[in-house]
Amino acid sequence: MDYQSMLLTGFVALYIFMLAAFAGFEIIGRVPAILHTPLMSGSNFIHGIVVVGALWALLNASNLTQQIIGFIGVLLGAGNAAGGYVVTERMLEMFKPSTNTKSKE
Amino acid sequence: MQVAFIIDSSYFIAAFLFIYGLKQMSSPRSARAGIVLAGVGMVIAVLASFLYSLDVRPEAKPMLQTNMLLALVALSLGLGWAWWSGKKVAMTAMPQMVALYNGMGGGAAAAIAAIELSGYQTHGSISLLLAVLGGLIGAVSLSGSLIAWAKLDGRINKTLRMTGLQLINGSLLLVLGGVAIYIVWQGGQVSQWLFLAFFAMALLYGVMMTMPIGGADMPVVISLYNAFTGLAVGFEGYVLNNPALMIAGMVVGSAGTMLTLLMAKAMNRSVRNVLFSNFGAAADDG
Repeated sequence: MDYQSMLLTGFVALYIFMLAAFAGFEIIGRVPAILHTPLMSGSNFIHGIVVVGALWALLNASNLTQQIIGFIGVLLGAGNAAGGYVVTERMLEMFKPSTNTKSKE
Repeated sequence: MQVAFIIDSSYFIAAFLFIYGLKQMSSPRSARAGIVLAGVGMVIAVLASFLYSLDVRPEAKPMLQTNMLLALVALSLGLGWAWWSGKKVAMTAMPQMVALYNGMGGGAAAAIAAIELSGYQTHGSISLLLAVLGGLIGAVSLSGSLIAWAKLDGRINKTLRMTGLQLINGSLLLVLGGVAIYIVWQGGQVSQWLFLAFFAMALLYGVMMTMPIGGADMPVVISLYNAFTGLAVGFEGYVLNNPALMIAGMVVGSAGTMLTLLMAKAMNRSVRNVLFSNFGAAADDG
């Protein structure tokens, strides 16, 4: 059987965008104010996935300009992902012992 | 097993881990486990994407070795620097670091758009439109976040206040919109200089938009740029036909928008108030 990668165009893409947008809204729905900054940092880490797109672009670069821009893209994307992770992890480290009394407002 | 299947299933797992991790992060009890899960998803996705090297565009084949080397160098440089800077930064300086990393993500999204557009590799008006919009939003997020970082870090102390600044910004945005429509209208077949001017103006707009905002309002602004970057990543994901980017980008885009509204509300300010008035600027200078 031949595996075919699905092309996410047109309405399929639109459905994905819509459902993902609702998922995002629902997840954040009612968070305590104390978690606002860590969550901002956490979602900042998640869009670090852009490094994957930049990697694809760099691997498919076919001239010097594209190589330079691609290099910068991967560099920035990797910084976004790694930095976002470290900073979020350090922030959430503070939540590890039971801070339940504080988080209830 | 086929390469495309491995890549696609890794992205599926990564997307699941991102959403589940973010959900875990929204409760103090499980927050720590959430970021670790999301981190595992990221590692899986990045490792899988190296499989792209097995199936590149024909015209990129001769340069594959160089590109691979460049990718590894860029990846380790970015990772190493960010890991080191994130570990050593003081707890109180975290918001500006978030701004900095967020700006980098926006820059990466803009870089993808720049490659796709300048190589005339994008076809179809929806792809073109999203590539241009993603590039615009990403570039604004890059320069805006850099200004936010500089302000919070005490590198820029002045708050730019100028009569008619709104008007200048408004017309700049109008020009950007016009150029974007023109690029799509021409099917992307425009001069390289126009692309260059487009990205330069987008960067300028990010600076002009952030300069008048005072330091006290910066967390809300950073959250907004976070949502911007998410959106840009989602759009570029469509252009590259990459579901991981589409889902992660869009989830962050909407979650970030929600967070921005919540943060503004917690500060008793409306987002419009933060962005388009100099109200809070005096308070934080003193």
